[in-house]
Amino acid sequence: MAYHRFDAVIVGAGGAGLMAAIQLAGKANIAVVSKLYPPRSHTGAAQGGISASLGNTEEDHWKWHMFDTVKGGDYLVDQDAAEVLCREAVDAVLELEHMGLPFNRTPDGRIDQRRFGGHTRNYGEGPVRRACYAADRTGHMIIQTLYQQGIKHNVNFLDEHHLLDVLFTDDGRCCGVVTMEQRTGEIHTVHAKAVLIATGGFGRVFKVTSNAMAGTGDGCAIPYRRGVPLMDMEFYQFHPTGIYKLGILLSEAARGEGGILRNGAGEAFAERYAPTLKDLAPRDMVSRFIHEEVKAGRGVNGEDFVHLDLTHLPPELIDAKLPDITDFARTYLGVEPKTEPIPIQPTAHYAMGGLPTDVEGRVILDEESRIVPGFYSAGEAACVSVHGANRLGTNSLVDLVVFGRRAGRHMLGFLPDAELPPLPSDPEFTARAQIADLLNRPKGERASELREAMQEVMMDKVSVVRDAVGMTEAQREIDRIRLAYKNLAIDDRGTCFNTDLSEALELGCMIDCAEAIVAGALAREESRGAHFRDDFQTRDDKNWLAHTLVYRTSGGLQMRKKPVTITEFEPKERKY
Amino acid sequence: MEVTLRIKRYNPETDAKAAFKEYVVDVEPTDRVLDAMNQVKWKHDGTLTYRRSCAHGVCGSDAMRINGRNRLACKILMKELGKKITIEPLIGYKVIKDLVIDMDQFFDSYKAVKPYLIADDAPSAVERRQSPEQRERYDDTTKCILCAACTTSCPITWTNERFVGPAAIVNAHRFIFDSRDQGGAERLRILNTQSGVWRCRTIFNCTDACPRGIEVTKAIEEVKRALLFETV
Repeated sequence: MAYHRFDAVIVGAGGAGLMAAIQLAGKANIAVVSKLYPPRSHTGAAQGGISASLGNTEEDHWKWHMFDTVKGGDYLVDQDAAEVLCREAVDAVLELEHMGLPFNRTPDGRIDQRRFGGHTRNYGEGPVRRACYAADRTGHMIIQTLYQQGIKHNVNFLDEHHLLDVLFTDDGRCCGVVTMEQRTGEIHTVHAKAVLIATGGFGRVFKVTSNAMAGTGDGCAIPYRRGVPLMDMEFYQFHPTGIYKLGILLSEAARGEGGILRNGAGEAFAERYAPTLKDLAPRDMVSRFIHEEVKAGRGVNGEDFVHLDLTHLPPELIDAKLPDITDFARTYLGVEPKTEPIPIQPTAHYAMGGLPTDVEGRVILDEESRIVPGFYSAGEAACVSVHGANRLGTNSLVDLVVFGRRAGRHMLGFLPDAELPPLPSDPEFTARAQIADLLNRPKGERASELREAMQEVMMDKVSVVRDAVGMTEAQREIDRIRLAYKNLAIDDRGTCFNTDLSEALELGCMIDCAEAIVAGALAREESRGAHFRDDFQTRDDKNWLAHTLVYRTSGGLQMRKKPVTITEFEPKERKY
Repeated sequence: MEVTLRIKRYNPETDAKAAFKEYVVDVEPTDRVLDAMNQVKWKHDGTLTYRRSCAHGVCGSDAMRINGRNRLACKILMKELGKKITIEPLIGYKVIKDLVIDMDQFFDSYKAVKPYLIADDAPSAVERRQSPEQRERYDDTTKCILCAACTTSCPITWTNERFVGPAAIVNAHRFIFDSRDQGGAERLRILNTQSGVWRCRTIFNCTDACPRGIEVTKAIEEVKRALLFETV
């Protein structure tokens, strides 16, 4: 075993984790743990942009951005948090520029901005140019820039360490994490006054997803096992334009730059559903439009996909502003987007839910917002909640920069007065037992079989449109998979870079996330944002203008409600 | 269709040296090599070990030698490769296990060129100005995903472990030609040493290997020219 002591440990080296690390670097003794090399983190796959009301190309205001965020989230957004998000977005984007991020520029040298779904001028009048971008590789530029800053500030990286456990004292303080070093299989205890979970999402619980294979929800599932609730798990975003069958993301920027969705008859169907914003309606709605078209037999050739049409755009615009996504279409589909439409379908993309936090990134335990001292979360793993029932495009990057930074700064204030909590008597006990168990099972089902079964049922029964019958079936299947997990066996029994073992550990985390998603989705008997119930098709503010908290207890799952904070914008019907 | 993957395997815990092992997989022509490898790992042999994450060519995890050329396993399709595909780890760095190589030296070289903006003149409440032309000047080298395909395709890297390698030079170029940066002279000094750009023999393997289409050799030449003619 190896023992390390730091002031704070950050788990996850994507945008949120690195942004927090940069606040702390040089001022506190910190470590950043990542199961990949930091620049491989999934922030790097973000494409279209990061919104901020800079107003560089047309009039804009943070309050318009806040309104769009609240409305886009179908009024489940905590509005105090949305205000922080949209106010601080401006400064956060400028900070990224100062760090060297190579944004596209306007002719006069300022950060260029473009249109994105659900972002409007003057409270919904029409689309506004708010998304700051670097071609269609904005996330790549963010992860590279933040990693560069991490190097500049001598951040201590523990690369390719797999998170096994999060440690708490008996009186409920967070005191560190346990990891497995991939290269050696060695177990490490990282003892710290504060822990930040910034491990991203869990799109891999679904069959068709834009998420990286690393997106398995480890950082959400492990605290959940230790009694920390997960919030709003039923809200999972399906991005309308994933490459057919593969799920690889084709940015909303394609539609922001003028791309159009067409059904099998060639009709631009979005305007039938959203007359004002058309193809730039929020993602939850556009995904449902596609679902409706396919259900009505209007998919391409009657099949379960539609087309993203860029053929009317100037070829030089495609090359300059959408080079990567058009390259994906060429590489994976053999389709030339300048002359042919691209087959697309909704793809599992983003978790609005996660570890509940306040606006300082502190994880909270209940509807009274009781905190866990020393325990923080930010980015997709967290639920502040700034995205409510449906996140707007570009707001994930805003979230991780703004709240990663806030969490880092709050930790900086917390650390000097905090004492190092004692470790539990045998801190690695749970982690070691789990690994020994997996390594010593003689025979059983493969992790891949269970994983595929879970991904199938989640895609089939718990995606864009849901109902009680299907979800009950999914729940039974998840229960079966959880039971079968106790008997799965792996081939690799070694200690060196055992990815067979880490994939099995990840599956365990995904089962927990899937279970929480289904529990939330079954409980919430209404339709709101990304959560659409065929058996409860309307929004029910009387009963459900509330967050859900799901707890894993020895007596089974418990659901609780947490009120939504409303400051400026009263809930209204959501039309675009 | 049936395809045979011939994969170079090495487990330090059990093997004295690396050896090829063959697997027959049933794939679609449009499947990625990564899909075929996943099929092996998930259906046949869970001990097969490789890095992977995004599965669409942007995270840089799964660079390997596929039919003798450095490629990302997630960005090359089966139909481009024939019925028998040879997969080996990248050359030049120590193999940890199967296709997983030791990246320490790669990242050390990267860090050695100070790959971050050096500038102390940030304005407070606005962005620095940069014209679209100035931005375009270094666009190509911003695309690097640090996959190491270029550096491990370079014969100079294979024989001279002190050479910083193409990827480090690409990342130096990204800042040297950024109008906002003030560290160009410092980086050029680093690249003007024994381990720097002059080791490059303009072989173009790096350009061929880059999965992001970066003109790596051209970037290296531009750094050389900046040193010769003081154009920065």
